[in-house]
Amino acid sequence: MAKVIFVTQNNGSMEVEGDSGSLMELAVANGVAGIDGDCGGVCSCATCHIYVEPADFEKIGQPEEIESDMLQLDDNVREFSRLCCQIEVSEVIDGMTFVVAN
Amino acid sequence: MTTKISGVSQFNDAFATQRTTSGIGQMDDQNDPISMILGLKEVRKAAHNCATFQSGAKPGRIVIPSEVAIRETRQIPFEVDPPEHKGFRELLNPWFKRPQDKSYQIKLQQIIDITIAQALSADSLDIVADFALPLQSKALTLLLNTPMDNAQTWIDWGTHVFRSESSHLDANKANILYDYIDAEIDKASINNQPCEASEQDLYTVLLNAEVDGKKLTKEQIKGVMILTFAGGRDTVINAITNTLAYFSENMDDLKRIAAEPNINNRAVEELIRYFSPLTQMGRVVTEDTAVCEHAIKADSRISLCWASANRDENVFSHPNTVDFDRKVNPHVSFGFSHHNCLGATHARQILRQLVLTLANKVNDIDVVSADENIEQLGEFSRKVGFNRLVVSLSAK
Repeated sequence: MAKVIFVTQNNGSMEVEGDSGSLMELAVANGVAGIDGDCGGVCSCATCHIYVEPADFEKIGQPEEIESDMLQLDDNVREFSRLCCQIEVSEVIDGMTFVVAN
Repeated sequence: MTTKISGVSQFNDAFATQRTTSGIGQMDDQNDPISMILGLKEVRKAAHNCATFQSGAKPGRIVIPSEVAIRETRQIPFEVDPPEHKGFRELLNPWFKRPQDKSYQIKLQQIIDITIAQALSADSLDIVADFALPLQSKALTLLLNTPMDNAQTWIDWGTHVFRSESSHLDANKANILYDYIDAEIDKASINNQPCEASEQDLYTVLLNAEVDGKKLTKEQIKGVMILTFAGGRDTVINAITNTLAYFSENMDDLKRIAAEPNINNRAVEELIRYFSPLTQMGRVVTEDTAVCEHAIKADSRISLCWASANRDENVFSHPNTVDFDRKVNPHVSFGFSHHNCLGATHARQILRQLVLTLANKVNDIDVVSADENIEQLGEFSRKVGFNRLVVSLSAK
C-alpha cells in the first residue's frame, strides 16, 4: 500500500492511497483536480502532468523518450515534470508529494 | 445468402514512402497548395508552434478542403490562437469534460443499447446511415444537453454537413446548418431564464458566459456551435463505422475484450490510432520558415497529417498492425497541444462504451457490401472510412 499527497493548482491537498495501477488512475479515482487522464494511460494526451519533488525524482526515474517528447512541448514543463500515467503505484512512491501541473 | 466481402478492416498507410524519404507531402486544394507534414515528432512540433503555424487565419482556411468559400463565421476556439484562445478553452473545457460523469455515461449507454438492439433486429443495415449517424446524433444531444428528439433533425441532414453527392463543399447544405444554429441561438436567447445548472443547454451556457470579462457575441456563440456540430460529425461517424468494419474481420479481438474488459481502453486508443478518423488539419504560416529542410513561405499552408504521424515507424513498432497490447501509444488522432480536440472526451466515451457493449452482445458481424470513402490528397489516396457499409449482425 502506498500513500501519496497531491497538491493541486488551487492549493488543495489530498492524501490518497492505493496498491496497484498507475498514479494517474489513482488520481482520477479520487477526483484529483487537474488530472484528467483522457487517454486512459497510453501516453497520448498529457492530461496527467505532475511535478515530482526534486529529492524524489531519482527514485521515480527519468521519463522514457516518448513521455519526454510529450513533456517537452507542454507549456508548463519543468525539470522534475512527469506524466503520472507512466508511474506505477508501488512502495517506491509511498510518502511522496506530487504537485499537479495544470 | 450474403456475399463475403474481404479487406474492409484494412486501412493502409498512404504516406509511408514520402514520410520516410522527405517527410513532406504536397497537395493542392482549390489553388491554395499545402505542404503536408508527415512525421510524428515534426507534426507535434508544428502543432505546438502556433506563432508560426497559425489557426487564427481567415475563417475556413485551415480546414482541408478549405471552407473559405462557404463560411465567414470563425469557429471557436478552433480558429483562435493563444492568448485569446485560452479564455474560450477555459470556458468550454468543463462542459466538454461532462462525459466523464457517471450520469452522462448512463444516458449514453441507453442510446448505445437501443442502437445495437435495433441493428440486431434488422436483417441487415448500412452502418454509416442507420447506425453511426443516429448514434452520433443522439449522443450529440447529451453533449449539448438538448432534448433527444432534436437528433432526428440532424439525422435528416444526412451523413455530411458540408458535402452533397455532387460536391465536397456544398454552400447550400452548409447554410442549412448555419440557419439552424442562428435560429437555435435566437430561441435560447428568448427563453433565457434562470434555471438549474443541470437543465442548461450549451446555447444557454454560452449566452450567459463571459470570456476575459466580456459577454460572448452571437457570432462567437455561433462559432462554438458550428465547431461542435461539424467537428464531431464525420469524425465520429468514421470512427464508429470503421470500428464495426475492423471487428467484422477480427471477431477474436472482440471476444478478447469481452473476456478481458480491462483492455477496452487500450483497444479503443489503438483503433483510433489505426483509423485516424480525421486525416489532417491545416495551419497558415505566418513567416518564412522550414520544415524537414523544406522552405515554407509566409502565408502558405501546411497540414498536420495526423494519419501519417500515427503510422510513423520511428515511434510505433509494427505501425500497420492493430495491437491491443500497445501500452504506450502516443497517437495524435485527437490532435496535439493547444488545439487538441475539444470533443475528445465525448468521442472516447462513445467508443469505449460502444466497443464494450458490442463485445458483450454481438456474436458475429457479416459484411454484405462495402463502398469505401477514399480521399484523394494530391498523390496520396487514403481510405478514411466508408460511404456505405452494409452488415448483418448476430446476437450472442
